[in-house]
Amino acid sequence: MVIPTMAEKMAEGKTPEVLFWVGCAGSFDDRAKKITKAFAKILIEANVDFAVLGTEESCTGDPAKRAGNEFLFQMQAVTNIEVLNAYEVKKIVTTCPHCFNTLKNEYPELGGTYEVMHHTEFLKSLLDEGRISIEGGKYAGKRITFHDPCYLGRANGIYEAPRDLIRKLEIELVEMKRCKSKGLCCGAGGAQMFKDAEKGDKEIFIERTEEALETKPEFIATGCPFCNTMMTDGVKNKEKEKNIKVMDIAELVAGAKDL
Amino acid sequence: MSYLPNVLFALLLIGGVGFFVRNVKKLSRNISLGKDIDRSDRIADRWKHMAAIALGQSKMVRRPIAGLLHIIVYIGFIIINIEVLEIIIDGLFGTHRIFAFAGGFYNFLIGSFEILAFLVLLSVIIFWIRRMVLKLPRFWSKEMTSWPKNDALNILYFEVVLMGLFLLMNAADYGLQQMGAIHYVQAGSFPVSQFIASWLPENELTLFYIERGAWWLHIIGILIFLNYLYYSKHLHILLAFPNTFYANLEPQGRFDNLASVTKEVKLMMDPDADPYAVPEEGEEDEVGKFGASDVTDLSWVQLMNAYTCTECGRCSSVCPANQTGKELSPRAIMMKTRDRLEEVGRFIDKEGEVAFREKGDGKSLLDTISEAELWACTSCNACVTECPVSIDPLSIIMDMRRYLVMEQSAAPQELNLMMTNVENNGAPWQYSQMDRLNWKDE
Repeated sequence: MVIPTMAEKMAEGKTPEVLFWVGCAGSFDDRAKKITKAFAKILIEANVDFAVLGTEESCTGDPAKRAGNEFLFQMQAVTNIEVLNAYEVKKIVTTCPHCFNTLKNEYPELGGTYEVMHHTEFLKSLLDEGRISIEGGKYAGKRITFHDPCYLGRANGIYEAPRDLIRKLEIELVEMKRCKSKGLCCGAGGAQMFKDAEKGDKEIFIERTEEALETKPEFIATGCPFCNTMMTDGVKNKEKEKNIKVMDIAELVAGAKDL
Repeated sequence: MSYLPNVLFALLLIGGVGFFVRNVKKLSRNISLGKDIDRSDRIADRWKHMAAIALGQSKMVRRPIAGLLHIIVYIGFIIINIEVLEIIIDGLFGTHRIFAFAGGFYNFLIGSFEILAFLVLLSVIIFWIRRMVLKLPRFWSKEMTSWPKNDALNILYFEVVLMGLFLLMNAADYGLQQMGAIHYVQAGSFPVSQFIASWLPENELTLFYIERGAWWLHIIGILIFLNYLYYSKHLHILLAFPNTFYANLEPQGRFDNLASVTKEVKLMMDPDADPYAVPEEGEEDEVGKFGASDVTDLSWVQLMNAYTCTECGRCSSVCPANQTGKELSPRAIMMKTRDRLEEVGRFIDKEGEVAFREKGDGKSLLDTISEAELWACTSCNACVTECPVSIDPLSIIMDMRRYLVMEQSAAPQELNLMMTNVENNGAPWQYSQMDRLNWKDE
């Protein structure tokens, strides 16, 4: 895959329309890398003028901030902002709601103001502008449930963009008991991803997976690499991985187009 | 001698209101122990937010049954205050039903008060059944021990007594009006209490005692209830308004950037900064504490949140950590914050604020809020979304995590590892930053 970097673009004297912020999970986690690739394929297919930072990207600092390490967060933020501003970045799209939230809400006060979009919003805008077309393809008519990522939904009020895309894919959307602003966390946010859960009766991802399974889905759709990991683990734990696939919306869109 | 009741009433009123004002002053002093935070922006949005949430009860109906019952009690409470105004005027000047001159409108008012009072009674009984018979889990969590549980029941009993007295008073009044008793003007309509009237004795003097007795007990009850508020979770009926007005209007995912840290980080990153520079005279502000270990490290908005919490437990019932049996309960975070603030308040009453600021009382909020609670939070914002009066338990959890991490280096070991990775490799996992683009060739 040919993925241009900001440095290469700059060498050519060009400023791309949009920066694809890949994020740590999207760069390093084996499962999340598939989401990254699916989204990149769609960007290429839609002729979007984009670039990534590549080795110049660093963690946004979200897990550090939410673990309470404001120092480390701001060190990361200030460093990233210097890079972003040096490339005169105006618009950022990312597949990770945590990166999305941090870049959108917490960077401006530290000197980094950009138009930040989650990939589901961005795909929706490409669709609305007629730059891509989405049809059901091989997913049409299948049963799917969508798990709202906390940092996309409650944190930023984005509930409809992913659902609009699902509807476009002609997939039968069945909502879980707790969805949208009442959605239940996957258990990974607030830096929980990086530690064992505190003592309790149950793991949060099990509780959430059980709720998803109640809808008898063929697919569980996610919009966050961390939710994806948690739900995938949950489905494995319930030994349902043969019948139920956990897919990011970008993967569904790319898959429907056979990308 | 005929002025005795009026004088007695005036004294009672002054005493009751005076004691309440004294407690409100204490309340406002305690809240102002918190750090300053600027919530003076977007005034129009703030009014809107308050109108929708506190006045309009828009978030109560996220749970339709409790929401509807709450709205009835709330409207009843607001409207019946017109009646209280009449009682006060009558009490001070020895008049009876002073607003009776309004004629048909007055009849309508009294009639609607009665219907409301009846609906409030009904709602309160249903509330009691939900709590004591159906035992809804959120009312029986482990933080709902003796006082929080009794407090809730006290409020329900109070309302039953007050509404009951109001209807009994009207019933006796109705009977007296029928008899044409002196002083009892023909006024009001009594759609509910006329049924009670038929059970009352038909002796004018007895009726007079019942009416006066109910009247006095009703107003005394109201004054006691007013003063009960400060000691009770029921304080939300007052604080819901300022609390929603000064609520956080930013997107919920946006956590504040600690300004003191920003200053340090900018200095660290600035290549021109002189690390040995001596701050100019008067510039060297004392090194502030990062995060919160006690209530005085929290903002006044967070402290007001704690006083506003009515312990309904909606936050905890949606908390993923709480739902899966973990130590954390957002409601308990608010209750413990309030209890600690009250404790600090009592210490300051005795020893003065200077003594507290200088030495403290040897205790802190971390004595009651455990690390297990703080580390169980996924920062998902469900508790914040759910709170009917815009309380933000998450912000307190975050401020306390900041204290644990930045002041005490007391993060769980795995998080320390994650942070070391972020610091060294720019990712929470141990991968080289140089490998960030490898995915494109895999």
